[in-house]
Amino acid sequence: MKSAVIVFPASNCDRDAATALEQMTGKKAAMVWHQDSVLPDVDLVVLPGGFSYGDYLRCGAMANQSKIMGAIKAHAAKGGAVLGICNGFQVLTESGLLPGALMRNAGLKFVCKPVSLSVEETQSSFTRKYDKGASVTFPVAHGEGNYYADTETLDRLEGEGRVMFRYRDNPNGSARDIAGILNEKRNVLGLMPHPERVVDPLNGGTDGRALFQGLIESLS
Amino acid sequence: MTKITPEMVREHGLSDSEYATVLKLLGREPSFVELGIFSVMWSEHCSYKSTRVHLKKLPTKAPWVIQGPGENAGVIDIGDGDACIFKMESHNHPSFIEPYQGAATGVGGIMRDVFTMGARPIAMMNALRFGEPSHPKTRHLVSGVVSGIGGYGNCMGVPTVGGEVNFHKSYNGNILVNAMCVGLARQDKIFLSAAKGAGNPVVYVGSKTGRDGIHGATMASAEFDDASEEKRPTVQVGDPFTEKLLLEACLELMATDAIIAIQDMGAAGLTSSSAEMGDKGGSGIELNLDMVPQREENMTAYEMMLSESQERMLAVLKPGREDQARKIFEKWELDFAVIGITTDTNRLVIKHKGKVEADMPITALSDAAPIYERPFTKRAPMTGAPAYDKAKPVLASLEKILAAPDMASRRWVWEQYDNSVMNDTIQHPGGDAAVVRVHGTQKALAITTDVSPRYCRPDPFEGGKQAVAEAWRNLTAVGATPLAVTDNLNYGNPQKPEIMWEIVAGIDGIGEACRALDFPVIGGNCSLYNETNGEGILPTPAIGGVGLLKDVTKMATLAFKRAGDVVILIGETRGHLGQSIYLREIEGREEGAVPPVDLAVEKKNGDFVRGLIASGRVDTAHDASDGGVLVAIAEMAMAGKIGASIGQAGLADGISFWFGEDQARYVIAAPFAEAEKIVAEARAANIFVAELGKTGGDTLALDDSDSVAVSKLSAAHEGWFPRFMAGEEIPVRN
Repeated sequence: MKSAVIVFPASNCDRDAATALEQMTGKKAAMVWHQDSVLPDVDLVVLPGGFSYGDYLRCGAMANQSKIMGAIKAHAAKGGAVLGICNGFQVLTESGLLPGALMRNAGLKFVCKPVSLSVEETQSSFTRKYDKGASVTFPVAHGEGNYYADTETLDRLEGEGRVMFRYRDNPNGSARDIAGILNEKRNVLGLMPHPERVVDPLNGGTDGRALFQGLIESLS
Repeated sequence: MTKITPEMVREHGLSDSEYATVLKLLGREPSFVELGIFSVMWSEHCSYKSTRVHLKKLPTKAPWVIQGPGENAGVIDIGDGDACIFKMESHNHPSFIEPYQGAATGVGGIMRDVFTMGARPIAMMNALRFGEPSHPKTRHLVSGVVSGIGGYGNCMGVPTVGGEVNFHKSYNGNILVNAMCVGLARQDKIFLSAAKGAGNPVVYVGSKTGRDGIHGATMASAEFDDASEEKRPTVQVGDPFTEKLLLEACLELMATDAIIAIQDMGAAGLTSSSAEMGDKGGSGIELNLDMVPQREENMTAYEMMLSESQERMLAVLKPGREDQARKIFEKWELDFAVIGITTDTNRLVIKHKGKVEADMPITALSDAAPIYERPFTKRAPMTGAPAYDKAKPVLASLEKILAAPDMASRRWVWEQYDNSVMNDTIQHPGGDAAVVRVHGTQKALAITTDVSPRYCRPDPFEGGKQAVAEAWRNLTAVGATPLAVTDNLNYGNPQKPEIMWEIVAGIDGIGEACRALDFPVIGGNCSLYNETNGEGILPTPAIGGVGLLKDVTKMATLAFKRAGDVVILIGETRGHLGQSIYLREIEGREEGAVPPVDLAVEKKNGDFVRGLIASGRVDTAHDASDGGVLVAIAEMAMAGKIGASIGQAGLADGISFWFGEDQARYVIAAPFAEAEKIVAEARAANIFVAELGKTGGDTLALDDSDSVAVSKLSAAHEGWFPRFMAGEEIPVRN
């Protein structure tokens, strides 16, 4: 599996994503600058966590205006895999690649801690290596991860099996405990928790590995 | 030219004798810009004029020290060509006036000190002191400072991995916000600030200059009074987004060989960065302020030289490399301007709109800056062993102590800091020391900040020693070899002889401990005049320590790991309750002698424990300090969610045994067979050792007579901070 990590100004989990991808695939990820207009030939595009454009205006809003977004949308339209983590999830909702929005945490504070998630669906290249209903622990680290969508959208996401991860103990007020969702074509995943921070037993566990293993199996 | 009046001199914080020196050095009256420059460069904050003679006594050398005090940060050798660069710095006064921005820019400033030397910051720590919880301002200040630290550090993508929070009434009008940054560089890629050579371009990079923070350094060198809130305009405003771009752009430029010298614009902005770079390089600097990127219109030379706008750097490049550098900063959408040139005149020359606004010898700002041997009055240390009620139930007191403001869990604080970004945090906040891996290797750095201010007022000398010993002990307890410290000396007004003595004795104590423990001071910061309406803070010499773990898989954490482990106490317990947490929280008194630190015993016990961890024989260890042995064991039980049955050992009575704060002690836990060997080895080495009991179950059981559920202790320990911050509990100290 070949992968690329997009670097926006003040992305700060770009290196973490690249390190995790290299550990899991054995290949270096391409680091793609936001002002580029073409993507290298890759199977997976990762929009990493961070504070793109300082979260000014709205989280992800400015990044969505970056030159590279055209290429990312085209990649997704062709069925290419896109993974948006944390700030990357916020960029994906801003871009319309995923529905809904991420608002200020209900507790009004930034929250960083390991959280327990349930894997809701395994019908996707991102979650196929997990057992349905499995409990996994990923860390969250965000101030604006409170997922919101209107009732109709939420019903549709649930009806179509597109809610992929749910919080067992909701840390941010997200509607229906939603932690991660898929697009209609099931090739774009956005989630607030950080799977790339749990691929190494020494620093927090290995629950994120299966997500990358699923992608490697599907995309290689 | 503006006529300089005595009022203007006074408003600039210069004494009559200092101004007389200015006249002598220049041979004429200074211009208004020159007066401003002298004012900030000779401020306590920039010149260390009250402490310099004493700081010289600190040990600063060791074979592994690459750069000691005097640069933006200190540098140590951590093997394999890697260097660790770190420093701690205060942002006390701004944080009291405007807690969010004060704390945020404190974080930003110390990060720049580290990355200006070529290091990528990999960890942040902070040492925070607030007034008593019942003071009406305390919650507001805690909330603002914590979110400011998080707001800046989280955006930078550097994990904040630990620190300290204390409450005491002496900080009611003057909180302390000390931030520490630890970075990594290759030893052959370290950048210094000496602007050597004439004819080299001086470039300005980063944010534009505005009117914010003018005279911040002068504010930090005066006492507070009730009108201090009016100083709000001297607090800078931080923009972590720009700083993140500046970090990446600087590291990209540093990968080339275009830089001769580089320094961040911190306190006293353009003035101190240009003067210090010229001074260290033995050259002159000529600046044309017309070229300075400006955020506001019609800024004067005075305002530009004294602005403390954040996220700016000054660099001296090799001639002809300007375009290469400019391209990098343009890519990161940052300002870049050639604003001057180095000269061979040793003078700082400032031109603006065709006029020379300042022309002064650089040595007048550095070497000729005043140095004072301020008088001090010794005060006898407090002595005696205080009386206490020996019948008080031990476990009820334990539960109360675990929920005391100074002892309760800080989870509410650290969950607001991204402590796992960069994917190398091996030990998160809550342990003895944070452990952060050196990216891509098996080695790791251990980091801690420590001081017990409650020991430093009764006995400033022993208190200074103890701060160093505790930092050394905390690094040892995770298995690291302690390498070096940065000190952040927070004291009151040095012009008061009794305060000056606290400073001198504190530095002497730190020096003695650092020498005995091979733990050199490689940098630091002094924050004086921490007084409001004449009331000084507790002396607070915060020590930031860094150690090295060669193999991160051989490390200890404080959590109990298994049932059936033997709980072992290393180090002698005499039951020292003077100035202890127990005495303060349970008996309601702050009395008696502080626990003395025997540095030879400290070293012996610590080396023994570290050896057990490094050889992989022990994976569970905790230092016994604040609150004593029983608190240490309770913390181990709560962290591991495993109980223990324990009994006292030795001569001290129950209360003094369990809650005494004797120094140089550790609690470790190991399986039975290993434990027997450890006890025998300790005895053979003449190290005090005692088996206190066994881990297991879900209660902490004492002497087979009384017990408490670990979950109950956890609830008390975890509950206080969130309740306090929600306004549900305003404790009144008894």
